[in-house]
Amino acid sequence: MTNDEIKDLILEIIEDIDDEADFDNLNPDEPLRDQLDLDSMDFLDIVMELRKRHQLQIPEEDYPQLATLNSCVNYLEPLLKNA
Amino acid sequence: MHNNTQRIVITGIGLTAPNASSLSEYREKLINGQSEITEINLRYFGKAPAGLCTFPETKYRKKKENKKGTRAGCISVYCAHEALADAGLDLSSVDRSKIGVYIGLTEHGTVETENEVYNIRQYDYNTSYWTHHHNPRTVLNNPAGEITLSLDITGPHYSIGAACAAGNASIIQAVQMMKLGEVEMALAGGISESTGSFGIFASFQAQNALAVADDPRRASKPFDLDRNGIVISEGGCVYVLEYLDKAVARGAKIYGEVVGYAMNSDARDFVLPYGPRQAECMRLALQRANLNPEDIDLINTHATGTKQGDIEECKAIREVFSGSQKTYINNTKSIIGHAMGAAGVLELAGNLPSFTDNMIHPTINVDNLDPECALPNLVLNKAIEVDSINTILNNSFGMVGINSTVIVKKV
Repeated sequence: MTNDEIKDLILEIIEDIDDEADFDNLNPDEPLRDQLDLDSMDFLDIVMELRKRHQLQIPEEDYPQLATLNSCVNYLEPLLKNA
Repeated sequence: MHNNTQRIVITGIGLTAPNASSLSEYREKLINGQSEITEINLRYFGKAPAGLCTFPETKYRKKKENKKGTRAGCISVYCAHEALADAGLDLSSVDRSKIGVYIGLTEHGTVETENEVYNIRQYDYNTSYWTHHHNPRTVLNNPAGEITLSLDITGPHYSIGAACAAGNASIIQAVQMMKLGEVEMALAGGISESTGSFGIFASFQAQNALAVADDPRRASKPFDLDRNGIVISEGGCVYVLEYLDKAVARGAKIYGEVVGYAMNSDARDFVLPYGPRQAECMRLALQRANLNPEDIDLINTHATGTKQGDIEECKAIREVFSGSQKTYINNTKSIIGHAMGAAGVLELAGNLPSFTDNMIHPTINVDNLDPECALPNLVLNKAIEVDSINTILNNSFGMVGINSTVIVKKV
């Protein structure tokens, strides 16, 4: 997947969680949870969706790397390069 | 601290039933005997008559929260907000730490567990795909807790598990907690999401207790010789309970006062009802209300459309009310099906307007009255108007031998 495709994937998953999520002013370097209506259970939804869609088993110690949209891309890019 | 002489009244009602999502619409349809029981098609199980609720699910919280929570939570949040609006209460002026939330449930978690087992089937039952939402969705306090999350209520909340007596049990719990002064106001009621569970339908069918009919609206037939079982419905109903003096002081509309209640246990059988213990339950409620049988104007029966259940309750009523010529009797399940944990409160709510309109809604679908259920003053097939209704006795009984009676009096 390209970086843009990974971004789209994350936003698509968030939109599935909250169809009212507003991405217009989303800063890709700021934590997603500070900008969107996402709590810890919603965050685990993102982890679960990545598991379901791409068989990714993300260890808990790596969760901080999914904090911002850009950090998601950086973390997932090597994992999804053949996806 | 309030003492146990405090009088407690119902000042708000929020509900969703298979034929309505407001008390006024519900009452009108009950008076007209208008059933909207439909047909459901469940995974593994197939088709059955069922009562399904249609209400504005995102009126009080976002779709996101509904997805995160449960169907029972979605129903309870809607009913709680509607009850407060009906009571004319703005919680910004109320101490939310003094509000108790008590929700009666026949069961909870069955739907969510069945769904999750079904969902991991596509992953070869690998439990690493089991949702992290499972536990918060299936803890038994979930439907009550979702109300507190939505309304920022910080007083106690919990669910009352009392099979199909649970709706009444929640009212009783709320009244007791208010009399103890543990809380100063309560949101109490019952919720059922049981139509989402194939297992509940299959279990009733395995007991030969699930109704079948060509026309689903004709499937729920308590007291009729041709009844063949229960129609399972979802539903919810939440009452606002306040102290009478506070309700009067703020000029609240008062539906009625909870003047008596009782619960007891058959201690006999997992599923078969037992009339003599039901009679004891009704007598105890009358005694606590300081009323005689002839003081009761209307009995709203529990009867579900099973032969033994209907007959046992009729025997119990005949025994307790044999000397009462003026007590009318009706049944709401014939119109809305059996809303399980919501049944007691939903059925009582549908009859409380009798205090002001002097009408009694009918028991529908009775073509061949079972002689063993031929009680005097049974209101059949057509609503009647009477001079006045001042007291209603509401029965709700449940599996594993649990009985409940609540008596409400016009204020």
